[in-house]
Amino acid sequence: MANMAQAIRMALAYGEKHLGVTDVFGEDVGPPLGGVFTATQGLRTSWNSPLDERGIIGMAYGIAVAGGKPVAEIQFCDYIFNTIDLLKLVGNAHWGSAGKFNLPLVVMTPVGAGIHGSIYHSHSFDSIMTHIPGWKVVMPCTPIDAYGLMIAALKDTNPVMFMKPKALLRTKGDERIPGEPEDEKVLKDMIDAPLGDRSNWKPRWPELTDYTVPIGKAKIVREGTHVTCVTYGRHVHWAKAAADTLANEGISVELIDLRTLYPYDFDAIKTSVRKTRRVVFLNEDTAVTNFGEHLLRRTTEELFYELDAPPRLLSGKNVPGVGLAPVLEDASVPQIADIEKMLRETATVPA
Amino acid sequence: MQKSTLRPRLEPALQVRIHDLMVKTRCVEERMIKMNRDGEGFFWIGAPGEEAFGVPLGLQVKKGQGPDFDYLHLHYRSSPLIMAMGGTMLDSLRQMGMRATDRYSAGRNFTNHYAIPEWNVAPMAPTIETQYLIAPGTAWVQRRHGGDGITIVNGGDAGTAEGDFASCLIWSTRPGKEIPMLIIVVNNKFGISTSHGTQHGVRNIADRGIPHGMQTKVINGNDVFESWAAIDEAMRYVRTERRPFLLEAHVSRLNGHSSSSGANRVDELDCILEFEKQLLADKIRTEAEIKATWERWRDEANACVKQLRTEPFPEASDIWKWTFHNDADNTLAKAGGD
Repeated sequence: MANMAQAIRMALAYGEKHLGVTDVFGEDVGPPLGGVFTATQGLRTSWNSPLDERGIIGMAYGIAVAGGKPVAEIQFCDYIFNTIDLLKLVGNAHWGSAGKFNLPLVVMTPVGAGIHGSIYHSHSFDSIMTHIPGWKVVMPCTPIDAYGLMIAALKDTNPVMFMKPKALLRTKGDERIPGEPEDEKVLKDMIDAPLGDRSNWKPRWPELTDYTVPIGKAKIVREGTHVTCVTYGRHVHWAKAAADTLANEGISVELIDLRTLYPYDFDAIKTSVRKTRRVVFLNEDTAVTNFGEHLLRRTTEELFYELDAPPRLLSGKNVPGVGLAPVLEDASVPQIADIEKMLRETATVPA
Repeated sequence: MQKSTLRPRLEPALQVRIHDLMVKTRCVEERMIKMNRDGEGFFWIGAPGEEAFGVPLGLQVKKGQGPDFDYLHLHYRSSPLIMAMGGTMLDSLRQMGMRATDRYSAGRNFTNHYAIPEWNVAPMAPTIETQYLIAPGTAWVQRRHGGDGITIVNGGDAGTAEGDFASCLIWSTRPGKEIPMLIIVVNNKFGISTSHGTQHGVRNIADRGIPHGMQTKVINGNDVFESWAAIDEAMRYVRTERRPFLLEAHVSRLNGHSSSSGANRVDELDCILEFEKQLLADKIRTEAEIKATWERWRDEANACVKQLRTEPFPEASDIWKWTFHNDADNTLAKAGGD
């Protein structure tokens, strides 16, 4: 099976061939490296930019104004913070121009902890990004969803922030990408750049086909009846593991992978919460003004009389960074045991 | 870096046209200041004093839509350029008056903040210098597209302190990937209340292009003839060589920074009065013709204000419109709750 980096790469190759992608660019995005996570290796339109995040977002804006279809990468979301005003400008271009201009562009950036990335390679960006109206914001947790969400992003006529959960970029899924060869070694030989001299290497892309995960549509990963867990990114997998454990205790967890953070699928949340009457929102961003707080607030306002227990948020600790030592990282970001504990408490607190 | 001393011969008819557009621009700016004082508009910021540079620039733009034509990434002192391109007083005053009929922003943005797709004028923001980051994107597309369309970006002297200006110099001169961009700095020697000379030690801002191998020039932007010639020269270079050119134009700032500083007239050289002296000396215009030009545009500005007073403001429900493209019923806009 393809890993998530390969899935993103194949979606971009599909986009170059079928969806009018004109530029895939950013720091180390072009040859020879093809991205620090290899997500852009071998792409026909890829190129390296100066180490200038503000310039990268500005360039994407300009290319989109002139009719191109850019995909810009910020190498780590930890380095996107100095572009906030440009992300704001992108987000308000359509609104501020009274609908005269729209910017069909994609920005992708790895987010979150999980690779011992220390203080400045572990940040989350969900809360800040969802606070910038005018953008669609997505985050996959499997290669097949990464492929489908990227294709959806490339088809969109609005700006889309594609957040890559960096801890999952090397992980494989259990569903094949449409067109992906059965043998993953064959795939590797076809699309992974060789070590050493790559100057004459060219990828051989599989016969990739269209597969779109609609933006705005959540996925019920696991059905349950006692408590709902709403999450996204790598915490989908941890919540699933926690739910497996809790099933042995007789606690049935309904797990929702939001997949899109904006426009998020509140219908899916409502339907599930009306069934379980209990909910935990889970993510690894810092706690104060967390995106999950917004979901929690809205759930409280709209479903208050249908809840049997206080809705809960399990998030990262409200500290400036994620420390390098494993004990520090684990203490900063929700772990499986933390998820189990909160789901258990929420499922069993008396109504 | 070249110091310009060019004084080309401009056809009398062109000089009359330039003068007419300069007066038109000044009158619409003065009418906007009056709207601010009368409570008919809020913040005003504009370009009185920049007409001798902005009008020749606007008249030499290759106007149209798409990469075959010039892209413009402007700052908020660009009214002379827009008026020269064909912008109307009514449209500018509608924006000042926040009317729903404001073609640039439907009552959402400050005055002199344009967004004109049919002329390749990219959406504008009051964020200082971000336009210098966006402009390389359109120029990059034009480099790939070919033809003689170029990208034009302008801004003020104070904003060059932002790193975005340095980014622009770097992105426009990447070896083997140079882009066709006319980079303009209009130097009025102030950033709000802070004089340029107290914050910038560089001799000329244009000199910052030299280490990047860029063609540069410093001109007196208060002089119509010098401006016309320098813009013509710079545009020819960028159109044919497909490389950037950094042009610094020294101009006056006749009404201070904005309405926040009172917008009162200050004692600096007035480029229109200077140009009128030349027109009279060369017998291209008479005193009576010049007076009639001013009266005509002042009357036009007053008529426009009367017109816009009859036009509606936006509706409160309009806030959701155009949050997303292809979202006619505002479903996406309201996905976070309304």
